[in-house]
Amino acid sequence: MTTGVPVPHDNALAHCTGAARFADDLPEPPGLLHAALVLSPVAHGVLGAIDAPPGVIVLTARDVPGTNDISASGKGGEPLFAEASVQHHGQPIAMVLAETRDAALRAAAAVRCAISPLPALLDMEEAIARESFLMPPQVVARGDAASAIGTAPLRAEGTFRAGGQEHFYLESQVAIAVPGEDGEIAITSSTQHPTEVQHIAGRVLGIDYTRLPVTCRRMGGGFGGKESNASWIAAAAALGAWRTGRPVKLRLARKADMAATGKRHPFLFRWRAGFDASGRVLGLEATLAADGGHSLDLTPGVVFRAITHALNCYDVPAVRITAMALRTNTVSHTAFRGFGGPQGVLLMEDVIRGVARGTGLAPETVRERNFAGGPNDTLTPYGQALEGDLIRRVWAECRQDAEWDRRRAEIAAFNATHPFIRRGLGSFALAFGISFGVRHLNQAGALVHVYTDGSIRLNHGGTEMGQGLNVKVAQVVAESFGVPLDRVRITATSTAEVPNTAPTAASTGSDLNGWAAHRAATTIRGRMAEVAGALWEVPAEEVRFAEGRVFVARPGDNRAMGFADLAHRCWMERVSLSATGFYRTPDIHWDPATMTGEPFFYFSYGASVAEVAVDLLTGEHRVLRADLVQDCGRSLNPAIDRGQIEGAFVQGMGWLTCEELYWDAEGRQRTLGPSTYKIPGSRDVPPVFNVRLLQDAPARQDTIFRSKAVGEPPLMLATAVWNAILDATGLDRIDLPATPDRILTALSARGS
Amino acid sequence: MAGPIRFTLNGDALTLPAGTSPTMTLLDWLRGPGRLPGTKEGCAEGDCGACTVVLENPDGTRTPVNACLMLLGQATGRAIRTVEGLRGEDGGAHPVQQALAAHDGTQCGFCTPGIVMSAWAWTRGGGDPHEALAGNLCRCTGYRPILDAMAAMEDDGAPPPLAPDAPRAIVAGSQRFFLPQAPEEALALRAAHPGAWLLAGGTDLGLRVSEHREAPETVICLLGVPRWRRIEVTADGILAGAAASYARLLDACAGDADFAPVAALLRRLGSRQIRGMGTLGGNLGTASPIGDALPPLIALGARVTLASVRGEREMAVEDFLTGYRATALAADEIVTRVLLPRPPKGALLTCEKLSKRHDQDIATVGLSVLLTFADGVLAAARVAHGGCGPRAARAPGAEAALIGAPFDVAAAERAARALEREVTPMSDLRGSAAYRRRAVGNLLRRMALRRVGVPPEVMALDAPGVVA
Ligand SMILES: Cc1cc2nc3c(=O)[nH]c(=O)nc-3n(C[C@H](O)[C@H](O)[C@H](O)COP(=O)(O)OP(=O)(O)OC[C@H]3O[C@@H](n4cnc5c(N)ncnc54)[C@H](O)[C@@H]3O)c2cc1C
Ligand code: FES
Ligand code: FES
Repeated sequence: MTTGVPVPHDNALAHCTGAARFADDLPEPPGLLHAALVLSPVAHGVLGAIDAPPGVIVLTARDVPGTNDISASGKGGEPLFAEASVQHHGQPIAMVLAETRDAALRAAAAVRCAISPLPALLDMEEAIARESFLMPPQVVARGDAASAIGTAPLRAEGTFRAGGQEHFYLESQVAIAVPGEDGEIAITSSTQHPTEVQHIAGRVLGIDYTRLPVTCRRMGGGFGGKESNASWIAAAAALGAWRTGRPVKLRLARKADMAATGKRHPFLFRWRAGFDASGRVLGLEATLAADGGHSLDLTPGVVFRAITHALNCYDVPAVRITAMALRTNTVSHTAFRGFGGPQGVLLMEDVIRGVARGTGLAPETVRERNFAGGPNDTLTPYGQALEGDLIRRVWAECRQDAEWDRRRAEIAAFNATHPFIRRGLGSFALAFGISFGVRHLNQAGALVHVYTDGSIRLNHGGTEMGQGLNVKVAQVVAESFGVPLDRVRITATSTAEVPNTAPTAASTGSDLNGWAAHRAATTIRGRMAEVAGALWEVPAEEVRFAEGRVFVARPGDNRAMGFADLAHRCWMERVSLSATGFYRTPDIHWDPATMTGEPFFYFSYGASVAEVAVDLLTGEHRVLRADLVQDCGRSLNPAIDRGQIEGAFVQGMGWLTCEELYWDAEGRQRTLGPSTYKIPGSRDVPPVFNVRLLQDAPARQDTIFRSKAVGEPPLMLATAVWNAILDATGLDRIDLPATPDRILTALSARGS
Repeated sequence: MAGPIRFTLNGDALTLPAGTSPTMTLLDWLRGPGRLPGTKEGCAEGDCGACTVVLENPDGTRTPVNACLMLLGQATGRAIRTVEGLRGEDGGAHPVQQALAAHDGTQCGFCTPGIVMSAWAWTRGGGDPHEALAGNLCRCTGYRPILDAMAAMEDDGAPPPLAPDAPRAIVAGSQRFFLPQAPEEALALRAAHPGAWLLAGGTDLGLRVSEHREAPETVICLLGVPRWRRIEVTADGILAGAAASYARLLDACAGDADFAPVAALLRRLGSRQIRGMGTLGGNLGTASPIGDALPPLIALGARVTLASVRGEREMAVEDFLTGYRATALAADEIVTRVLLPRPPKGALLTCEKLSKRHDQDIATVGLSVLLTFADGVLAAARVAHGGCGPRAARAPGAEAALIGAPFDVAAAERAARALEREVTPMSDLRGSAAYRRRAVGNLLRRMALRRVGVPPEVMALDAPGVVA
C-alpha cells in the first residue's frame, strides 16, 4: 500500500538544499526583457495622458492586440490595463520593459499618469446604501423566517464585520513568456490555473490557445491568490513578448503584488434571530455583504460559498439569507482558501453567542442544541443533507481531547485572581462542502506513461503549491500499479500534456486529479494484465500487481514477473503503455433559480477548541492551546494532511487576529509589505497544538480511496480563537481581525 | 587602497569583477551573477527571511543576515554561506536540511532555504527557537514541524573559513564605497562628503536600494571601524560603540542583571537577522518616533557622543532627538558611542513595547520608565514614550505625578492619566490615536500592578521585564 502512508513531500529535500527551482530561479533565456508595472496612485479617477521617460518601452491598454479583458467570468469590465478611468489604488495602468529589472522598476516609477481624482467609494455601508452591487443579491430561504422570529419567545440581533486577508504567498506573482516559432509564446507561470492563463493570454493577444503552452512546476504558495490573479500577470508578460519578440519576465515586487492583486473579501454581517429558552434557534434572517472590490473576478463563487455555508453545521427551520456583492473602489477581491466559507461560517458564531446571552446558556450548549441531525433536520436550507452523526462525532472527540470541563474550572480559578490577564476557552464545529460551486470545474484529466524499464511518468492537471498534491496523486498511481512510490515520476503541470483543466482550488486537487490519474493507470494496468494473462494463459482478472511484481492470483501458482519485465513485454507485443484518465464529479447539481440543489459531492467535518490569554490593559493576546479534530476520510497521506491542517489553522488565526489590511481615507492601501502586514510568526503558534485526524471514518461517497479533501476546511477551525477571545474578555462581540487595538477599544467602551 | 569586492562564499574566496556595483544587494548578486538562486526573495524589505544567509565570523559564531538588505560593499571581507553551501560530510544534504525535510518542515519550500540558514546559525548560537525564527515567515506549515525539526538538530562543529581582508574603498564607475577603519579616517571622509550615505547596518538605508532601487554615488560604511563597534560594560553602565550590532548589545545587556529589561526589549527589536546588522547609531540616525531603542535610552538618561573633524560633543539622547526624524547631528558629524548609565541601586526599570505581533514588528507604542527611590518614595522618575508623538520623548506630566510618593497602583493611576493627557499620538495602520493613548497609560498601570505581586506568569505576554 502506498496510500494512507505518511510519505514526505516529494520535493522536501530539494526545498531544503535550494535545488528546487521556482519560476524566477530558472536560467534566464537570452535577450530577456524585464517588466515592471505602473500602478494607479489613487483609488478613483479619470485617466489622462501617460507620460513615460524616453528610451523605455511602455505598454498600455492601447497596445493590446486582442481584448483588454482579464475577467475570469468572461463578462468583461476587468481590463488588463486601465482604460479611461482608474478604479482602485494599485490598479495596473501600464507596463514598462527594460534590459534589467532595476531599469524597469526605476522607469516604472518615473512614468507619470495624469489622473483627475474622483470621490472613491470605500465603505461597505455606503456601498449598500447606494446599491453599488457587482451582481444581483442572492437569497437562500426556507420557511417563513420573519414570522418564525416574530413568534419566537426570545430574540436577538447583531451586526459585525470581518476584514479581508492578504495571501502572502512567499513567492510573489511571476510569469515568463518566451516567443517561439510560428507565433507561439510559451509561458512559465506560477499559477493555480494554467488553463486560465492560456485563456486570458489568448484573449488579450487574440490568438489560439494552441500557440500558448503554459507550464507550472511549482508555486511558492498560492492559497487562492494565484487562481485568477496569476492569469493577468502571465497575460501581461505574454503581451510584452508578443510586442517585442523577446522573452519577457514579469515578477512583481512584494509591494506591487500586494497593491495590485486581490485579497480575501471583507464582509459585513447583519442578522436577526428568534429562539426559545432551550437555545434552539427557530428563525433567522441575515444579510452577508461581501466587498468585492472594483470588479467581479471570482466574487460570484465566493458569495455562493458564503451563502451555502452561512448555517455551517447547524439547522435552523426558518431562514432567509441574503448575500450581496458590493462594488467599491478597492482592489478586486478574489479566491482565498475557503473562498467565502470562512466568512460564511462566522454568522452562526455570532448568532450562537447572542442566543447564549439571551438564554443564559453556555455557547457550547447552544451549539449542541442546534447541530444538524439528531433531533434536528439534516437538510441544509438549499436541500443537501449533512451527516449529523459525523458533526456530533468530531465535536464530542474534540471536547474530550481538549479536557473542556477540567480546564473551564482551572481557567475560572486563574481569572479570579489575576489582576489583568484573562484566559478564555472557545470552540467551533464545521461542515464544509467539497466541490467547486461552478459545476463544470469539477473535472480533471491525467496522462500516464509507463516506460519499458517500468518507470512511470505522471502528469495531471493539478498544480503543486506546497500542498503535497503531487505526492498524493503519485501515491494513488503507485498503488494502482502495485509499485513502490519511487517508480513514479511527477512532472510539471502543462496545458500541452493535460488540457482544459480546472484550477487547483476548492480543496479538490487530490479528489479530482487522484481519480483521473487512477483511471489512466487502471487503463494501462488492464492492458498489461491482458498481456500477462495471455502469456500465462489465465484470465486477465487473475493477474495481480503488488510490490513491484506481477503474479497470478491462484493458490499454488507461483508464476510471477517484475513490473518492468511486463512493461517491456507489452512493448514487444505492441501494446500501448500510455493512457489518459478523465474524471468528473458525479451527482452534483444546482438550480440558480430556486437556489437549491446538491452542489457538493460531500462534506468535510471538523471541530476545534482554543484557549487564549488576553491582557486587559493592552489588548495583547496569545493562543495557549488548540485542540483540533479534522475529518480527512481515509487519509491518502496523514503527514501531508496534518501539515495542511496545522498550516491552515495558523493562517486562519492570522486572519482573525493579527492580519489587518488598512486603507487610508483616500483609499490607498497602506499595508503593502510584511513590515506593515503581519502574518503569524512561529511564536504565535499555540504552544500546545493537538491535531488529530478523525480515525476510522472512510468517506461514505466514492472518493478516491475514500479520502477527503483537506486544503481549506481546517482554516475555519481557527474560528475557535475568536470565541475564546470573547470568552476571556467577556465582550459580546468584536470585529475581525481582533487586534489589540480593537480589543482594548471595546474594553474601554464597556468601561472595564 | 581601493580594491575589488572580495568575500568568501561557501568556503571559497571570491573576487568580483571590477565594475560590480558595491551597492548591489547581496541577494541580487547571488540570484543574478552569482547563479545561486537557492536564496529567495520574498519581500526585499528584511521582514520575511527567505533571503537569509549566514555570516561565518572569525570567532566561530554565526550571524544570520538578510541578503536583501546587505550591500556587496558590506559583504566585503566577510565569509558568507548560502543554502547551496551547506553540505553534509558525504557531500549530500546537510543534517540540518535532512532534519527539516524529515519532519515535514517544508510545504511550498519557498521560505525553506532561509529557514535552513537561520536554523543552521541557531545550532551554534542557541537560545529560544522562536527568537531564532522571528525573522523567518512561513505561510504554509504553521511552524510546528519546523520547531520539531530544530529540536532534532545539532551543531555540526564546522569551523569558519578564512575571510579575505577588505579594501578601504571600492570604486565602480561613478560609485565610491568607503570602508574606513580608523575613526579619524571616517571623520575626514564625512567632512569631505557631507552628502554621502552614512551606512551602518543598512537595515534602514538598505531599503532604499532593495525596494526603491537607488544607487548612491558615495557611501561611507562604519562597520569596519573597530573602535565604534566596541562594547564595554563598566561600573558606570554600558558604553556602546554606535556601530556595534544590536546582537552584541543584546549579549551585553543580557549578561548584566541591571539591564535585563533592555535585553528583553532588544530581543523583540527586529529579528536575529536585523540585530546582526542593525545598530544603535542607526536607530538614532533614523530618529523614528517608533524606534525601539529610543525610549529606553531616554529613560536611562543615555548620552550620545557626536564626533567630527572639529572635535567631539556629548548630549542627552532626548536633546539629540529634535523632531520627527530630525536630530541635532551636523552634516559632518557621526554618532560614535552611546553611554547607557547603570540604573541606580534599587531603581525600577521597565522597557515595554506594544505591537500587532509580538516578534519582528514595529512598535505601535513604546514606554520605558526608570524610577529611583529614596526612603520608599520616588526621588526621580524618567518616563519616556515612543509612538505617541513626532518623536520619542519624556513625559514631564507623568513624571511630576510620580515624584514624592510611593510607587503604587494609585500613583501609577495618577501618572497614567497625566501621560494620557500629555501624549499626542496619531492614527495610522499600526493603531488608532485612542488606542495609543489608552495603551501607553496602561503600560504604566501594568508596571504598578506587576509590582504588587501577581499570580505565576502564564505566558510571555505577562513576562516581567521589570527589575527592582
Ligand atoms: C525587517 C526590519 C525590522 C525592523 N524592526 C525594528 C524594530 O523592531 N524596532 C526598531 O526600532 N527598528 C526596527 N527596524 C529599523 C532598523 O533596524 C533600526 O532603526 C536600526 O537601528 C537601524 O540601524 P542600522 O545600523 O541598520 O542603520 P542604517 O540603515 O545603516 O542607517 C540608518 C540611518 O542612521 C544613520 N546612521 C547610521 N549610523 C550612524 C551613526 N553612527 N551616526 C550618525 N548617523 C548614523 C544613517 O545615515 C541613516 O540615516 C527594522 C528594520 C527592518 C528592515
Ligand atoms: S527577501 Fe524578505 S527578508 Fe529579504
Ligand atoms: S513552506 Fe511555504 S512558506 Fe514555508
